[in-house]
Amino acid sequence: MSTTGKSFGSLHPDTPKVERLAETSLSRERQLDLYRLLRLTRMVEGRLGNLYRQNKVVGGLYTSLGQEATAVGSAYALEAGDFIGPLIRNLGSMLVRGVLPREVMMQYMARGLSPTGGKDGNTHFGDLARGIVAPISMLGAVIPVMAGVALAAKMQGRPLVALTYIGDGGTSTGDFHEGLNLAAVLDVPFVLIAEHNGYAYSTPTSRQMKIKHIVSRAAAYGIPGEMVDGNDVLAVYEVTKKAVERARAGGGPTLIEAKTFRMKGHAEHDDAGYVPPELFEEWRKKDPIDRFERHLLGLGLATPEDLQKIVAEIDRGLDAEVDFALASPMPPPERALEGVYEPDPEGGLGTILPDAPPVNEQNAQSGGGAR
Amino acid sequence: MSSQTYLEAIRQGMWDEMSQDESVFLLGQDVGTYGGAFRVTAGFLDHFGPTRVIDTPISESGMVGAAIGASMLGLKPIVEMQFIDFISCAYNQIINFAATCRYRWGQSVPIVIRGPSGGNIHGSAFHSQNPESYFQHTPGLKIVAPSSAVDAKGLIRAAIRDPNPVLFFEHKYLYRRIKEEVPEGDWIVPIGKARLARTGRDLSIVTYGAMLHVALDAAARLESEGVEVEVLDLRTIKPLDQEAILATARKTNRVLVLTEEQTTGSVAGEVAARIGELAFGSLDAPVTRVCCPDTPVPFSPTMEEFYLPNAEKLVAKVRDLLRY
Repeated sequence: MSTTGKSFGSLHPDTPKVERLAETSLSRERQLDLYRLLRLTRMVEGRLGNLYRQNKVVGGLYTSLGQEATAVGSAYALEAGDFIGPLIRNLGSMLVRGVLPREVMMQYMARGLSPTGGKDGNTHFGDLARGIVAPISMLGAVIPVMAGVALAAKMQGRPLVALTYIGDGGTSTGDFHEGLNLAAVLDVPFVLIAEHNGYAYSTPTSRQMKIKHIVSRAAAYGIPGEMVDGNDVLAVYEVTKKAVERARAGGGPTLIEAKTFRMKGHAEHDDAGYVPPELFEEWRKKDPIDRFERHLLGLGLATPEDLQKIVAEIDRGLDAEVDFALASPMPPPERALEGVYEPDPEGGLGTILPDAPPVNEQNAQSGGGAR
Repeated sequence: MSSQTYLEAIRQGMWDEMSQDESVFLLGQDVGTYGGAFRVTAGFLDHFGPTRVIDTPISESGMVGAAIGASMLGLKPIVEMQFIDFISCAYNQIINFAATCRYRWGQSVPIVIRGPSGGNIHGSAFHSQNPESYFQHTPGLKIVAPSSAVDAKGLIRAAIRDPNPVLFFEHKYLYRRIKEEVPEGDWIVPIGKARLARTGRDLSIVTYGAMLHVALDAAARLESEGVEVEVLDLRTIKPLDQEAILATARKTNRVLVLTEEQTTGSVAGEVAARIGELAFGSLDAPVTRVCCPDTPVPFSPTMEEFYLPNAEKLVAKVRDLLRY
């Protein structure tokens, strides 16, 4: 498995040379765009890893190594006006929505020009103009929120879909149930991607649930459930596309379980010593980018040179992004006090009723009164 | 002018806002077909329709989360907690999601969460709470607790129009016990402004909600003894009207803070701290809290009566403080 574009083409010796991914309606151009986004995700995280090791990152670094296809493929199935609520391992979905690498880098380095102005870190930022709702760290919480986005869309008659993510661990939360149940009962245009990546920090899925497949839960909400190979970007795209189209057409929510694997620890500091090495070995062979490359090359959709060119372009772009982020200043300390409340609109909230006089003065004036 | 109960004033305030602003909508448990456990939203479903009056599953966290999300698309949700005690089930959504969006990523969350709070109705531990202090600590929230029908109407309107998350704590003891003339027209009572409910020179009682009426009762009794008590109705708990609090403290030099919460970590404690910090030189006696004991709200009427502040207890405290 390659972590940067530089080691492109180093296939695992045991793997077949041709990869059969899911049938897709995507054109060659769009498949190459998907490839670029997958690579971009991995390479941005690679650069973040470098910054982390250089002590430039403030706090932890959370990456999606090995599961990029889930975020990228699902977000790629959305339209421009749709909304996502990405979690910490869904950087790929944000890049699909047009987030710039420098924004993420400045977030991780707590810089003043970051999207949150240094007030929050990592991928915890949103931008409604790009259809991104910022999550909170408490897992599951964004599910009811995105159900609410979908509810509002339905109420307003806007043809948009809200999509968010949850890990296998996050499906154990109360908000997973409350949010998905609410979305189902209210029949709103909502898609939930459950990324089954094996571990919640150090806890294996077997300690989260007695069922083998998260998708079994869809039946409990009376909604369609789909299980997909999360490391097949085309399969993720197609299954999400189907769910999104159904939601947009008024068919209600879908739960999609994407089987994938977290190829690193919970965060950069975590060596994942609790994961049996053979699991890493097994999933390394299923790396989503390697597989997609084999697909593109095997079907003659791209030459090695084509892919190398894409990687080289990303790499050049990232040099500039890193330089920009590193040169950007830290925020002024006093900014910590700003922006807690939205100010009242100009002109205030309405005509203010003058207060009734104090009760004793009322008595003196009129000899009585309720106030 | 029309004569309205506290409950009718809240209903009318919401009704008016929903009539003039299509983005305002209701969601909660039993708010539609049934009209709410206390009938605050009676008639709304018929008038505004099921798109804007939404009965939800029992899911406080889900409701508040959905309200947050809906607000991001330009809607102004009002979430009803059937009893305000159940707001604790939505604690995470309120303090971590709703309260931090503006600060973290500039996204305002204009939602109202309202519901019946308070005791003296023999509702026991889970239908009598005053949870304001749990939220007073959280930056990003506003908290309102009206004591009169006029304020209830003006403040619910302001809460709905406010571009921030507002917790609107109604006192269920007042729902049908208070009836007063409420002016017609489109007006608000501003959030963050206290009101002098009574003027006096000997001692100040700072309070809000149902306790305002206890304070006025005590003040009337003390008047016959020649004691002039000033009563400040905070109306808004967050942000506190610090100016009004300090002004009354500096005027009478003796302050008693009366609230219906358990004593430790209470709003009363915050009021007392600010007076101690900023008006210490004006004080002739220690700022004194009169709140409930640090126990869950007891059920049996004999115990609940013992537990709650009342005019007798308050009069005794005032006398103590005047003798200090």
